[in-house]
Amino acid sequence: MRAADLGMLQRPNDRLRRRRAVNRGMELLAWLAAAIAVAILGIVVWSVAKRGASELNLDLLTKPPVPFAIGPVQQGLANAFAGSLVIVGLATAMALPVGILVAIYVNEFAPRPIRLGVGLTLDVLNGIPSIVIGIFVFGLLVVGHGQKGWVGAFALAVLMLPLVARSMIEVLALVPGSLREASLALGVPRWRTTLGIVLPQTVGGVVTGTVLAVARVAGETAPLLFTSSIVGNQTSWNPGHALQSIPVAIFELSEQPDPADHARAWAAAFVLLLFILFASLSARWLATRSRRKIGRAGR
Amino acid sequence: MRETKGVSVSVSSAIERAVRVETKREPLPPRERLQQVFEIEDLTAVYGSNPALKDVSMEVYKNLVTAVIGPSGCGKSTFIRCLNRMNDLVPGFRQTGTIRYHGQDIAAKDVDPVAVRRTIGMVFQRPNPFPKSIQDNVAWGLKVLGMKDNLPERVERALTQAALWDEVKDRLKASALSLSGGQQQRLCIARAIAVEPDVVLMDEPASALDPIATQAIEQLVHELKSEYSFVIVTHNMQQAARVADMTAFFSISRGDEGERWGELIEYDATEKLFTAPSDKRTEDYVTGRFG
Repeated sequence: MRAADLGMLQRPNDRLRRRRAVNRGMELLAWLAAAIAVAILGIVVWSVAKRGASELNLDLLTKPPVPFAIGPVQQGLANAFAGSLVIVGLATAMALPVGILVAIYVNEFAPRPIRLGVGLTLDVLNGIPSIVIGIFVFGLLVVGHGQKGWVGAFALAVLMLPLVARSMIEVLALVPGSLREASLALGVPRWRTTLGIVLPQTVGGVVTGTVLAVARVAGETAPLLFTSSIVGNQTSWNPGHALQSIPVAIFELSEQPDPADHARAWAAAFVLLLFILFASLSARWLATRSRRKIGRAGR
Repeated sequence: MRETKGVSVSVSSAIERAVRVETKREPLPPRERLQQVFEIEDLTAVYGSNPALKDVSMEVYKNLVTAVIGPSGCGKSTFIRCLNRMNDLVPGFRQTGTIRYHGQDIAAKDVDPVAVRRTIGMVFQRPNPFPKSIQDNVAWGLKVLGMKDNLPERVERALTQAALWDEVKDRLKASALSLSGGQQQRLCIARAIAVEPDVVLMDEPASALDPIATQAIEQLVHELKSEYSFVIVTHNMQQAARVADMTAFFSISRGDEGERWGELIEYDATEKLFTAPSDKRTEDYVTGRFG
């Protein structure tokens, strides 16, 4: 290196100073953007927790609402929690097998053009607003038949399907091709290879994708307003009837004039938020674990 | 200066080793008296629009080790993957010509590749054990293929044949991924021979292994050839000289418009091919003037 170049390193000139300033400026902007993202989550959690945590107690989870309550009556949202459990559980039961089969077909069997086509379809389906899915299911299954819990679950399953299938496709793609070859070279048919060698590698990924999809649809309100929202106050586990759910309960309570109803809405929102935070964190944990497992197998 | 000397020393010692093994080899009976396993005629293989192999014709004989050598890109891997229809899995792959396996054309469209792979096993370049226990790696193929009688004995036999039993007999339940690379490759060999194939194809089985593990694999092939027929792809000429009875030399040919494909240049008894090759290109390759 020439001496002049070395000198430039030691005595910064104007151009170098300007570059350093721009560098610092951009770094600061990027840092601010990241800080804003974190802050928004923080503010949401904090404001919901502040208003909801004080109202959170066992009665909220176990007692049904009492209409036109006079005086200090212990009332809760048991019907909404039970309904949400049934609806989301059923939705998962519908979306999970279909999503896994779609992913297996796309990744293990389909020729390239079909693979790309199905992938695009899943992305489009994922982008459809939930209220559109809601009105579609309303027109398909509610008009003339009435609202039912399982119909709400079906609407949520439509929302879950692309999420489950997409994440499953990603995990299947992580399974090294050398394992499939090893099995096929033994004279094992393709479907046995998929079941016996490929799928066991993806358990962590399936759980992760499912948990994320559940977290996503547990808070969906619009499809349930169309399909499972005209309900009484008694707690029911029967998906053959319309069931109350947490998001719909939050929506309805927040429209009431009574401040006690608002408080319960906040408490329900807090429970929903806790559930989603917990689900996301456990999904993240499972994803890291399964990726590490597959990575080891690949070597 | 020093580097050049080091290289020349290692090459000459490798050749000495090769020659030492070669001299131990019994002479091959004349080809007419050998039993054919594969009879390959005008095999041409194409990936998409790129030719990989053109007009390969040769025979593979029973209970011999047949080596396929040649420079990178000469189609030697493509060639052995044709022998058990592994290339069917590659999109855009097409082949023409016939591959008669004990007289039956296995390259034909109506032949089930699963049945072909059932009797023609394969060991890959990189060890690829299943992420299961050592025992399950060997037993899985047996279970799926319905060879469930005497399962523990079959597993032990395969591991013994693969010279791995003594090292793993106390930890059969341990993960196969806890084994060393050389042990993993021997496990893959055990897995392949457990289902009692007729032919074992090996695609550069030692290229990811250290010299000692390589030696173990070569020893193994030498001992097992009385039971199986082996076809081994290798880019290591010393290895071919050490283990193979017959050697096929593939090379790259270039067309007028710059297209390249692999071709079989010479196929002969290993000793003949290495000491008195009849083609100039073979001679250049085995003497190290090319590739």
